[in-house]
Amino acid sequence: MLHDLLIAPFAEFAFMRRALIACMAISLSAGPIGSFLVLRRMSLMGDAMSHAVLPGVALGFMLFGLELWPMALGGLCASLLVALLAGVISRTTPLKEDASLAGFYLISIASGVLIISLHGSNVDLLHILFGSLLGVDDKSLLLIAGAATLTLLAFAVIYRPLVVECFDPGFLRVAAGGRAAGPGAVAHLVFLVLVVVNLVAGMQALGTLMSVGLLLLPAAAARLWAGSVGGLMLTTSGMAMAASLLGLILSYHLNTPSGPAIVLVAGLFYLASLALGRRGGLIRRYLPRPHLAH
Amino acid sequence: MNVAHKHVHRAPLHAAEGTAAIAVCNLTVAYNRHPAVHHLTGEFREGSLTALCGPNGGGKSSLLKAIVGLAPVVSGHVDIAGDRKRAIAYLPQVVEVDRGFPLKVLDVADLGHWRRSGAFGRLGAAHRQQSLAALAAVGLQGLELRPIEALSVGQFQRLLFARLIVEDAPIILLDEPFNAIDQRTTEDLLRLIVGWSREGRTVVAAIHDLDMARRAFPETLLIAREPIAWGATREVLSDAPLARARSLAEGWLENAPVCEVPA
Repeated sequence: MLHDLLIAPFAEFAFMRRALIACMAISLSAGPIGSFLVLRRMSLMGDAMSHAVLPGVALGFMLFGLELWPMALGGLCASLLVALLAGVISRTTPLKEDASLAGFYLISIASGVLIISLHGSNVDLLHILFGSLLGVDDKSLLLIAGAATLTLLAFAVIYRPLVVECFDPGFLRVAAGGRAAGPGAVAHLVFLVLVVVNLVAGMQALGTLMSVGLLLLPAAAARLWAGSVGGLMLTTSGMAMAASLLGLILSYHLNTPSGPAIVLVAGLFYLASLALGRRGGLIRRYLPRPHLAH
Repeated sequence: MNVAHKHVHRAPLHAAEGTAAIAVCNLTVAYNRHPAVHHLTGEFREGSLTALCGPNGGGKSSLLKAIVGLAPVVSGHVDIAGDRKRAIAYLPQVVEVDRGFPLKVLDVADLGHWRRSGAFGRLGAAHRQQSLAALAAVGLQGLELRPIEALSVGQFQRLLFARLIVEDAPIILLDEPFNAIDQRTTEDLLRLIVGWSREGRTVVAAIHDLDMARRAFPETLLIAREPIAWGATREVLSDAPLARARSLAEGWLENAPVCEVPA
Protein backbone atom coordinates (compact mmCIF):
# COMPACT_ATOMS: atom_id res chain seq x y z
CA MET A 1 0.00 0.00 0.00
CA LEU A 2 2.70 2.47 1.09
CA HIS A 3 4.84 1.05 -1.70
CA ASP A 4 2.12 1.76 -4.25
CA LEU A 5 1.67 5.25 -2.90
CA LEU A 6 5.29 6.40 -2.57
CA ILE A 7 7.65 4.11 -4.48
CA ALA A 8 5.72 2.65 -7.40
CA PRO A 9 5.37 5.88 -9.42
CA PHE A 10 9.13 6.25 -9.49
CA ALA A 11 9.90 2.54 -9.90
CA GLU A 12 7.57 2.21 -12.86
CA PHE A 13 8.14 5.39 -14.84
CA ALA A 14 11.48 6.75 -16.00
CA PHE A 15 9.97 10.25 -16.50
CA MET A 16 9.01 10.35 -12.81
CA ARG A 17 12.57 9.44 -11.81
CA ARG A 18 13.98 12.14 -14.09
CA ALA A 19 11.56 14.69 -12.69
CA LEU A 20 12.52 13.73 -9.15
CA ILE A 21 16.25 14.01 -9.83
CA ALA A 22 15.75 17.38 -11.53
CA CYS A 23 13.85 18.67 -8.50
CA MET A 24 16.42 17.32 -6.05
CA ALA A 25 19.19 19.15 -7.93
CA ILE A 26 17.19 22.39 -7.92
CA SER A 27 16.55 21.87 -4.20
CA LEU A 28 20.28 21.67 -3.54
CA SER A 29 20.74 25.07 -5.20
CA ALA A 30 17.69 26.43 -3.40
CA GLY A 31 19.51 26.15 -0.06
CA PRO A 32 22.11 28.85 -0.62
CA ILE A 33 20.33 30.79 -3.39
CA GLY A 34 16.95 31.04 -1.67
CA SER A 35 18.45 31.71 1.75
CA PHE A 36 20.53 34.64 0.57
CA LEU A 37 17.70 36.06 -1.55
CA VAL A 38 15.65 36.19 1.65
CA LEU A 39 18.51 37.41 3.86
CA ARG A 40 19.45 40.17 1.39
CA ARG A 41 15.77 41.22 1.13
CA MET A 42 15.95 40.42 -2.57
CA SER A 43 12.98 38.05 -2.78
CA LEU A 44 11.11 40.29 -5.18
CA MET A 45 14.30 40.87 -7.14
CA GLY A 46 14.52 37.10 -7.68
CA ASP A 47 10.93 37.09 -8.86
CA ALA A 48 11.55 39.99 -11.21
CA MET A 49 14.66 38.39 -12.65
CA SER A 50 12.78 35.16 -13.33
CA HIS A 51 10.29 37.14 -15.40
CA ALA A 52 13.08 38.98 -17.14
CA VAL A 53 14.32 35.63 -18.49
CA LEU A 54 11.31 35.47 -20.79
CA PRO A 55 12.18 37.79 -23.72
CA GLY A 56 15.58 36.15 -24.09
CA VAL A 57 14.01 32.71 -24.06
CA ALA A 58 11.46 33.94 -26.57
CA LEU A 59 14.16 35.23 -28.92
CA GLY A 60 15.98 31.88 -28.70
CA PHE A 61 12.70 30.15 -29.45
CA MET A 62 11.94 32.45 -32.37
CA LEU A 63 15.32 31.82 -34.01
CA PHE A 64 15.92 28.14 -33.18
CA GLY A 65 12.58 26.66 -32.09
CA LEU A 66 12.18 24.65 -28.89
CA GLU A 67 15.90 24.00 -28.46
CA LEU A 68 17.42 23.97 -25.00
CA TRP A 69 20.70 25.84 -25.44
CA PRO A 70 19.59 28.86 -27.51
CA MET A 71 16.65 29.40 -25.14
CA ALA A 72 18.82 28.98 -22.04
CA LEU A 73 21.50 31.35 -23.32
CA GLY A 74 18.92 33.90 -24.41
CA GLY A 75 17.28 33.77 -20.99
CA LEU A 76 20.61 34.13 -19.22
CA CYS A 77 21.56 37.23 -21.21
CA ALA A 78 18.17 38.91 -20.93
CA SER A 79 17.94 38.41 -17.18
CA LEU A 80 21.48 39.60 -16.50
CA LEU A 81 20.88 42.63 -18.71
CA VAL A 82 17.75 43.57 -16.76
CA ALA A 83 19.50 43.11 -13.39
CA LEU A 84 22.36 45.28 -14.62
CA LEU A 85 20.09 48.00 -16.04
CA ALA A 86 17.98 48.07 -12.88
CA GLY A 87 21.14 48.54 -10.81
CA VAL A 88 22.42 51.33 -13.05
CA ILE A 89 19.06 53.12 -13.11
CA SER A 90 18.63 52.97 -9.33
CA ARG A 91 22.04 54.63 -8.98
CA THR A 92 21.54 57.31 -11.62
CA THR A 93 17.86 58.26 -11.19
CA PRO A 94 15.58 58.88 -8.20
CA LEU A 95 13.79 55.55 -8.86
CA LYS A 96 14.62 52.87 -6.29
CA GLU A 97 15.80 49.48 -7.49
CA ASP A 98 12.43 47.78 -6.87
CA ALA A 99 10.55 50.29 -9.03
CA SER A 100 12.97 50.04 -11.94
CA LEU A 101 12.96 46.23 -11.66
CA ALA A 102 9.16 46.18 -11.72
CA GLY A 103 9.22 48.39 -14.81
CA PHE A 104 11.67 46.14 -16.59
CA TYR A 105 10.01 42.88 -15.76
CA LEU A 106 6.61 44.08 -16.95
CA ILE A 107 8.21 45.11 -20.24
CA SER A 108 10.05 41.78 -20.38
CA ILE A 109 7.05 39.57 -19.80
CA ALA A 110 4.86 41.48 -22.24
CA SER A 111 7.45 41.40 -25.03
CA GLY A 112 8.28 37.74 -24.31
CA VAL A 113 4.67 36.62 -24.53
CA LEU A 114 4.20 38.69 -27.69
CA ILE A 115 7.22 37.13 -29.45
CA ILE A 116 6.26 33.56 -28.54
CA SER A 117 2.62 34.05 -29.57
CA LEU A 118 3.69 35.46 -32.92
CA HIS A 119 6.02 32.57 -33.69
CA GLY A 120 4.53 29.58 -31.91
CA SER A 121 1.38 28.05 -30.50
CA ASN A 122 -0.31 28.41 -27.13
CA VAL A 123 1.16 25.03 -26.21
CA ASP A 124 4.67 26.43 -26.70
CA LEU A 125 3.77 29.45 -24.59
CA LEU A 126 2.44 27.28 -21.76
CA HIS A 127 5.50 25.08 -21.97
CA ILE A 128 7.86 28.03 -21.61
CA LEU A 129 5.87 29.80 -18.91
CA PHE A 130 5.15 26.77 -16.74
CA GLY A 131 7.64 24.14 -17.87
CA SER A 132 7.00 20.46 -18.37
CA LEU A 133 8.60 18.63 -15.50
CA LEU A 134 7.57 15.20 -16.74
CA GLY A 135 9.18 15.91 -20.10
CA VAL A 136 12.68 16.64 -18.76
CA ASP A 137 15.22 15.05 -21.12
CA ASP A 138 18.89 14.18 -20.63
CA LYS A 139 20.12 17.52 -21.92
CA SER A 140 18.05 19.60 -19.52
CA LEU A 141 18.81 17.20 -16.67
CA LEU A 142 22.50 17.83 -17.31
CA LEU A 143 21.91 21.58 -17.38
CA ILE A 144 20.04 21.47 -14.07
CA ALA A 145 22.61 19.25 -12.36
CA GLY A 146 25.44 21.36 -13.78
CA ALA A 147 23.84 24.53 -12.43
CA ALA A 148 23.47 22.95 -8.98
CA THR A 149 27.10 21.81 -8.97
CA LEU A 150 28.32 25.23 -10.09
CA THR A 151 26.18 26.89 -7.40
CA LEU A 152 27.49 24.76 -4.53
CA LEU A 153 31.13 25.12 -5.63
CA ALA A 154 30.84 28.87 -6.17
CA PHE A 155 29.19 29.31 -2.78
CA ALA A 156 32.10 27.60 -1.11
CA VAL A 157 34.22 30.45 -2.50
CA ILE A 158 31.97 33.49 -1.99
CA TYR A 159 30.27 32.41 1.24
CA ARG A 160 32.29 34.41 3.76
CA PRO A 161 32.39 37.72 1.87
CA LEU A 162 28.70 37.38 1.02
CA VAL A 163 27.74 36.93 4.70
CA VAL A 164 29.80 39.99 5.68
CA GLU A 165 28.37 41.99 2.78
CA CYS A 166 24.84 41.27 4.02
CA PHE A 167 25.62 42.07 7.66
CA ASP A 168 27.78 45.19 7.30
CA PRO A 169 28.30 46.26 3.66
CA GLY A 170 30.75 49.03 4.53
CA PHE A 171 33.14 46.73 6.40
CA LEU A 172 34.61 44.94 3.41
CA ARG A 173 34.96 48.15 1.42
CA VAL A 174 36.90 49.75 4.27
CA ALA A 175 39.06 46.62 4.67
CA ALA A 176 39.76 46.73 0.92
CA GLY A 177 41.01 50.31 1.22
CA GLY A 178 37.75 51.92 0.11
CA ARG A 179 37.61 50.59 -3.41
CA ALA A 180 34.09 50.11 -4.76
CA ALA A 181 34.96 46.71 -6.26
CA GLY A 182 35.97 45.03 -3.01
CA PRO A 183 35.38 41.33 -2.32
CA GLY A 184 31.85 42.12 -1.13
CA ALA A 185 30.86 43.64 -4.46
CA VAL A 186 32.41 40.71 -6.34
CA ALA A 187 30.56 38.20 -4.13
CA HIS A 188 27.30 40.06 -4.75
CA LEU A 189 27.84 40.00 -8.50
CA VAL A 190 28.68 36.27 -8.53
CA PHE A 191 25.57 35.68 -6.44
CA LEU A 192 23.37 37.54 -8.95
CA VAL A 193 24.81 35.48 -11.82
CA LEU A 194 24.15 32.26 -9.88
CA VAL A 195 20.54 33.31 -9.28
CA VAL A 196 20.03 33.79 -13.01
CA VAL A 197 21.81 30.53 -13.90
CA ASN A 198 19.51 28.61 -11.56
CA LEU A 199 16.40 30.37 -12.85
CA VAL A 200 17.32 29.47 -16.41
CA ALA A 201 18.19 25.88 -15.47
CA GLY A 202 14.92 25.46 -13.61
CA MET A 203 12.98 26.85 -16.57
CA GLN A 204 12.73 23.51 -18.41
CA ALA A 205 11.40 21.78 -15.31
CA LEU A 206 9.17 24.39 -13.73
CA GLY A 207 8.86 27.12 -16.38
CA THR A 208 10.00 30.74 -16.26
CA LEU A 209 7.13 31.73 -13.98
CA MET A 210 7.41 28.87 -11.48
CA SER A 211 11.14 28.15 -11.23
CA VAL A 212 11.62 30.92 -8.68
CA GLY A 213 8.95 29.30 -6.48
CA LEU A 214 11.06 26.30 -5.52
CA LEU A 215 14.03 28.59 -4.82
CA LEU A 216 12.18 31.15 -2.74
CA LEU A 217 9.22 29.61 -0.89
CA PRO A 218 11.24 27.03 1.12
CA ALA A 219 13.74 29.75 2.10
CA ALA A 220 11.00 32.09 3.30
CA ALA A 221 9.54 29.20 5.32
CA ALA A 222 12.92 28.15 6.71
CA ARG A 223 13.62 31.72 7.95
CA LEU A 224 10.86 31.09 10.52
CA TRP A 225 12.69 28.03 11.88
CA ALA A 226 16.44 28.41 11.48
CA GLY A 227 18.63 30.63 13.65
CA SER A 228 21.94 30.49 11.76
CA VAL A 229 22.91 30.96 8.13
CA GLY A 230 24.05 27.33 7.84
CA GLY A 231 20.87 26.06 9.45
CA LEU A 232 18.83 28.24 7.14
CA MET A 233 20.47 26.80 4.02
CA LEU A 234 20.07 23.19 5.22
CA THR A 235 16.44 23.71 6.26
CA THR A 236 15.71 25.36 2.92
CA SER A 237 17.20 22.51 0.91
CA GLY A 238 15.40 19.94 3.06
CA MET A 239 12.05 21.68 2.68
CA ALA A 240 12.55 22.07 -1.08
CA MET A 241 13.29 18.34 -1.41
CA ALA A 242 10.28 17.37 0.70
CA ALA A 243 8.06 19.71 -1.34
CA SER A 244 9.40 18.22 -4.58
CA LEU A 245 8.77 14.62 -3.50
CA LEU A 246 5.33 15.30 -2.06
CA GLY A 247 4.32 17.47 -5.00
CA LEU A 248 5.38 14.87 -7.55
CA ILE A 249 3.55 12.06 -5.75
CA LEU A 250 0.40 14.16 -5.34
CA SER A 251 0.42 15.23 -8.97
CA TYR A 252 0.85 11.58 -10.03
CA HIS A 253 -2.05 10.24 -7.99
CA LEU A 254 -4.37 13.21 -8.50
CA ASN A 255 -3.42 13.54 -12.15
CA THR A 256 -2.55 17.26 -11.99
CA PRO A 257 0.33 19.23 -13.56
CA SER A 258 3.45 18.53 -11.51
CA GLY A 259 5.20 21.96 -11.46
CA PRO A 260 2.32 23.84 -9.87
CA ALA A 261 1.75 20.91 -7.47
CA ILE A 262 5.33 21.18 -6.19
CA VAL A 263 5.20 24.95 -5.82
CA LEU A 264 1.84 24.66 -4.04
CA VAL A 265 3.24 22.12 -1.55
CA ALA A 266 6.15 24.51 -0.93
CA GLY A 267 3.53 27.23 -0.45
CA LEU A 268 1.75 25.05 2.13
CA PHE A 269 5.05 24.62 3.99
CA TYR A 270 5.39 28.38 3.97
CA LEU A 271 1.89 28.96 5.36
CA ALA A 272 2.39 26.28 8.00
CA SER A 273 5.69 27.88 9.01
CA LEU A 274 4.06 31.29 9.23
CA ALA A 275 1.62 29.80 11.72
CA LEU A 276 3.89 27.47 13.66
CA GLY A 277 7.46 28.72 13.10
CA ARG A 278 9.72 28.68 16.13
CA ARG A 279 11.16 32.11 15.28
CA GLY A 280 8.37 34.62 14.95
CA GLY A 281 5.54 32.30 13.86
CA LEU A 282 2.02 33.53 14.64
CA ILE A 283 1.50 30.87 17.31
CA ARG A 284 4.24 32.50 19.40
CA ARG A 285 2.51 35.83 19.07
CA TYR A 286 -1.01 34.76 19.94
CA LEU A 287 -0.24 31.89 22.34
CA PRO A 288 2.79 33.32 24.13
CA ARG A 289 4.55 31.14 26.67
CA PRO A 290 4.92 32.63 30.17
CA HIS A 291 7.76 35.14 30.42
CA LEU A 292 10.97 34.19 32.18
CA ALA A 293 12.22 35.37 35.54
CA HIS A 294 15.26 37.18 34.06
CA MET B 1 22.23 84.49 -1.31
CA ASN B 2 25.52 82.74 -1.32
CA VAL B 3 25.98 82.00 2.35
CA ALA B 4 28.20 78.99 1.87
CA HIS B 5 30.59 80.56 -0.55
CA LYS B 6 31.58 83.59 1.51
CA HIS B 7 33.22 81.64 4.29
CA VAL B 8 35.37 79.22 2.35
CA HIS B 9 38.71 78.47 3.98
CA ARG B 10 41.57 77.67 1.68
CA ALA B 11 44.38 77.83 4.21
CA PRO B 12 44.70 74.92 6.66
CA LEU B 13 42.71 75.53 9.83
CA HIS B 14 45.10 73.47 11.77
CA ALA B 15 48.82 73.02 11.40
CA ALA B 16 49.66 70.50 14.08
CA GLU B 17 53.08 69.47 15.31
CA GLY B 18 54.25 65.89 14.85
CA THR B 19 53.57 63.52 11.97
CA ALA B 20 50.13 63.33 10.43
CA ALA B 21 48.21 60.05 10.71
CA ILE B 22 45.54 61.45 8.38
CA ALA B 23 46.24 64.45 6.16
CA VAL B 24 43.19 66.05 4.57
CA CYS B 25 43.92 68.30 1.63
CA ASN B 26 41.27 70.67 0.24
CA LEU B 27 38.69 67.90 0.55
CA THR B 28 35.18 68.33 -0.86
CA VAL B 29 32.57 65.58 -0.55
CA ALA B 30 29.30 66.15 -2.39
CA TYR B 31 26.02 64.33 -2.96
CA ASN B 32 24.08 65.47 -6.04
CA ARG B 33 26.49 68.44 -6.29
CA HIS B 34 25.57 69.71 -2.81
CA PRO B 35 28.74 69.71 -0.72
CA ALA B 36 28.58 67.84 2.58
CA VAL B 37 32.21 68.65 3.38
CA HIS B 38 33.50 71.81 1.69
CA HIS B 39 37.20 72.54 1.09
CA LEU B 40 38.58 71.04 4.29
CA THR B 41 42.34 71.09 4.88
CA GLY B 42 44.18 69.91 7.97
CA GLU B 43 45.78 67.01 9.81
CA PHE B 44 44.90 64.44 12.45
CA ARG B 45 48.21 64.06 14.30
CA GLU B 46 49.48 60.57 15.15
CA GLY B 47 48.17 59.57 18.57
CA SER B 48 45.69 62.45 18.76
CA LEU B 49 42.18 62.08 20.18
CA THR B 50 39.75 64.29 18.27
CA ALA B 51 36.04 64.97 18.70
CA LEU B 52 34.22 65.69 15.44
CA CYS B 53 31.38 68.07 16.28
CA GLY B 54 28.78 70.03 14.35
CA PRO B 55 25.08 70.20 13.50
CA ASN B 56 23.15 67.36 11.85
CA GLY B 57 23.89 67.37 8.13
CA GLY B 58 27.12 69.21 8.88
CA GLY B 59 29.34 66.58 7.23
CA LYS B 60 30.69 64.64 10.23
CA SER B 61 29.74 61.23 8.84
CA SER B 62 30.68 62.26 5.32
CA LEU B 63 34.16 63.27 6.42
CA LEU B 64 34.73 59.94 8.18
CA LYS B 65 33.33 58.07 5.18
CA ALA B 66 35.58 60.00 2.81
CA ILE B 67 38.62 59.08 4.92
CA VAL B 68 37.81 55.35 4.72
CA GLY B 69 36.75 55.57 1.07
CA LEU B 70 32.97 55.13 1.42
CA ALA B 71 31.90 58.61 0.32
CA PRO B 72 32.27 60.34 -3.07
CA VAL B 73 35.27 62.69 -2.99
CA VAL B 74 34.65 65.44 -5.54
CA SER B 75 37.95 67.22 -5.17
CA GLY B 76 41.01 67.17 -2.95
CA HIS B 77 42.38 64.06 -1.29
CA VAL B 78 43.06 62.26 1.98
CA ASP B 79 46.48 60.78 2.76
CA ILE B 80 46.85 58.01 5.33
CA ALA B 81 50.12 57.16 7.09
CA GLY B 82 50.86 53.51 6.31
CA ASP B 83 48.92 50.91 4.34
CA ARG B 84 45.40 52.20 3.89
CA LYS B 85 43.92 48.69 4.00
CA ARG B 86 45.43 47.86 7.38
CA ALA B 87 45.67 51.27 8.99
CA ILE B 88 42.03 52.14 9.65
CA ALA B 89 39.30 50.53 11.72
CA TYR B 90 35.90 52.16 11.20
CA LEU B 91 32.78 52.01 13.35
CA PRO B 92 29.67 52.59 11.19
CA GLN B 93 26.47 54.06 12.59
CA VAL B 94 24.35 51.26 14.04
CA VAL B 95 21.60 51.84 11.46
CA GLU B 96 23.99 50.92 8.65
CA VAL B 97 24.38 47.38 9.99
CA ASP B 98 21.76 44.60 9.71
CA ARG B 99 21.13 43.81 13.37
CA GLY B 100 18.63 41.06 12.50
CA PHE B 101 21.10 38.99 10.49
CA PRO B 102 21.48 35.43 11.86
CA LEU B 103 25.03 35.67 13.21
CA LYS B 104 26.35 34.87 16.67
CA VAL B 105 28.08 37.42 18.90
CA LEU B 106 31.40 35.61 18.56
CA ASP B 107 31.11 35.63 14.73
CA VAL B 108 31.00 39.43 14.71
CA ALA B 109 34.02 39.72 17.01
CA ASP B 110 35.88 37.23 14.77
CA LEU B 111 35.15 39.51 11.82
CA GLY B 112 37.82 41.83 13.24
CA HIS B 113 40.43 39.32 12.05
CA TRP B 114 39.34 39.81 8.41
CA ARG B 115 42.37 41.80 7.28
CA ARG B 116 44.64 38.97 8.44
CA SER B 117 42.43 36.00 7.54
CA GLY B 118 40.75 37.26 4.36
CA ALA B 119 37.94 35.36 2.70
CA PHE B 120 39.58 31.94 3.04
CA GLY B 121 42.06 32.04 5.92
CA ARG B 122 41.54 29.85 8.96
CA LEU B 123 41.02 31.28 12.42
CA GLY B 124 43.33 29.53 14.87
CA ALA B 125 43.13 29.16 18.63
CA ALA B 126 45.14 32.35 19.14
CA HIS B 127 42.67 34.35 17.04
CA ARG B 128 39.79 32.87 18.96
CA GLN B 129 41.43 33.86 22.24
CA GLN B 130 41.77 37.46 21.01
CA SER B 131 38.08 37.56 20.10
CA LEU B 132 37.05 36.17 23.48
CA ALA B 133 39.32 38.61 25.29
CA ALA B 134 37.84 41.52 23.31
CA LEU B 135 34.31 40.43 24.18
CA ALA B 136 35.30 40.25 27.84
CA ALA B 137 36.87 43.71 27.62
CA VAL B 138 33.56 45.23 26.49
CA GLY B 139 31.57 43.31 29.10
CA LEU B 140 29.92 40.72 26.85
CA GLN B 141 31.44 37.58 28.36
CA GLY B 142 28.87 34.80 28.63
CA LEU B 143 26.95 36.04 25.58
CA GLU B 144 29.38 34.68 22.96
CA LEU B 145 26.91 32.20 21.46
CA ARG B 146 23.84 34.46 21.52
CA PRO B 147 22.33 35.47 18.17
CA ILE B 148 23.01 39.18 17.61
CA GLU B 149 19.31 39.90 17.13
CA ALA B 150 18.89 39.17 20.86
CA LEU B 151 21.22 42.03 21.85
CA SER B 152 20.02 45.46 22.98
CA VAL B 153 21.29 48.55 21.13
CA GLY B 154 23.83 49.15 23.88
CA GLN B 155 25.05 45.53 23.85
CA PHE B 156 25.30 45.65 20.08
CA GLN B 157 27.43 48.80 20.23
CA ARG B 158 29.67 47.04 22.78
CA LEU B 159 29.96 44.18 20.29
CA LEU B 160 31.05 46.53 17.48
CA PHE B 161 33.66 47.97 19.87
CA ALA B 162 34.90 44.42 20.51
CA ARG B 163 35.34 44.05 16.75
CA LEU B 164 37.39 47.29 16.76
CA ILE B 165 39.60 45.88 19.53
CA VAL B 166 40.19 42.72 17.49
CA GLU B 167 41.00 44.79 14.40
CA ASP B 168 43.88 46.35 16.34
CA ALA B 169 44.36 49.24 13.89
CA PRO B 170 46.55 52.30 14.49
CA ILE B 171 43.75 54.64 13.34
CA ILE B 172 40.21 54.28 14.69
CA LEU B 173 37.27 56.29 13.28
CA LEU B 174 33.95 56.23 15.17
CA ASP B 175 30.71 57.47 13.59
CA GLU B 176 28.34 58.57 16.37
CA PRO B 177 29.32 55.81 18.80
CA PHE B 178 27.00 57.04 21.57
CA ASN B 179 23.68 57.42 19.74
CA ALA B 180 20.84 55.89 21.77
CA ILE B 181 23.30 54.44 24.29
CA ASP B 182 22.64 54.61 28.04
CA GLN B 183 24.91 56.39 30.50
CA ARG B 184 26.72 53.34 31.83
CA THR B 185 27.54 51.90 28.42
CA THR B 186 28.62 55.36 27.26
CA GLU B 187 31.06 55.65 30.17
CA ASP B 188 32.42 52.13 29.53
CA LEU B 189 32.93 52.77 25.83
CA LEU B 190 34.44 56.20 26.47
CA ARG B 191 37.01 54.55 28.76
CA LEU B 192 37.94 52.22 25.91
CA ILE B 193 38.37 55.18 23.56
CA VAL B 194 40.60 57.06 25.99
CA GLY B 195 42.58 53.83 26.52
CA TRP B 196 43.12 53.47 22.75
CA SER B 197 44.46 57.02 22.69
CA ARG B 198 46.88 56.25 25.55
CA GLU B 199 48.15 53.27 23.55
CA GLY B 200 49.19 55.78 20.88
CA ARG B 201 46.38 55.12 18.42
CA THR B 202 44.84 57.99 16.46
CA VAL B 203 41.14 58.25 17.31
CA VAL B 204 38.45 60.45 15.71
CA ALA B 205 34.88 60.25 17.01
CA ALA B 206 31.82 62.07 15.63
CA ILE B 207 29.78 63.05 18.70
CA HIS B 208 26.91 65.38 19.58
CA ASP B 209 27.61 65.81 23.29
CA LEU B 210 29.75 68.97 23.58
CA ASP B 211 30.25 68.48 27.32
CA MET B 212 31.72 65.05 26.64
CA ALA B 213 34.03 66.57 24.01
CA ARG B 214 35.24 69.16 26.54
CA ARG B 215 35.70 66.48 29.20
CA ALA B 216 37.41 63.66 27.30
CA PHE B 217 38.70 64.87 23.93
CA PRO B 218 41.82 67.09 23.87
CA GLU B 219 41.14 68.21 20.30
CA THR B 220 38.03 69.09 18.34
CA LEU B 221 37.13 69.71 14.71
CA LEU B 222 33.96 71.78 14.41
CA ILE B 223 32.37 71.42 11.00
CA ALA B 224 29.13 72.71 9.47
CA ARG B 225 29.78 71.71 5.86
CA GLU B 226 32.35 74.48 5.96
CA PRO B 227 35.16 73.81 8.41
CA ILE B 228 34.68 76.20 11.34
CA ALA B 229 37.56 75.55 13.73
CA TRP B 230 40.09 72.84 14.42
CA GLY B 231 42.42 72.62 17.41
CA ALA B 232 42.38 72.52 21.19
CA THR B 233 38.86 71.66 22.35
CA ARG B 234 38.57 74.62 24.75
CA GLU B 235 39.16 77.15 21.96
CA VAL B 236 37.15 75.36 19.29
CA LEU B 237 34.07 74.89 21.45
CA SER B 238 33.91 78.53 22.56
CA ASP B 239 31.05 80.92 21.85
CA ALA B 240 32.15 82.50 18.58
CA PRO B 241 32.81 79.31 16.56
CA LEU B 242 29.66 77.62 17.91
CA ALA B 243 27.55 80.64 16.96
CA ARG B 244 29.04 80.55 13.50
CA ALA B 245 28.25 76.83 13.11
CA ARG B 246 24.65 77.54 14.07
CA SER B 247 24.26 80.43 11.66
CA LEU B 248 25.74 78.37 8.82
CA ALA B 249 23.36 75.49 9.54
CA GLU B 250 20.42 77.89 9.18
CA GLY B 251 21.61 79.11 5.81
CA TRP B 252 21.61 75.80 3.89
CA LEU B 253 19.73 76.34 0.67
CA GLU B 254 18.24 74.04 -1.94
CA ASN B 255 19.26 76.30 -4.85
CA ALA B 256 22.84 77.16 -4.02
CA PRO B 257 24.97 78.71 -6.77
CA VAL B 258 28.03 76.94 -8.13
CA CYS B 259 31.08 77.20 -5.87
CA GLU B 260 33.85 79.07 -7.66
CA VAL B 261 36.83 78.20 -5.49
CA PRO B 262 39.32 76.43 -7.79
CA ALA B 263 39.71 72.77 -6.89
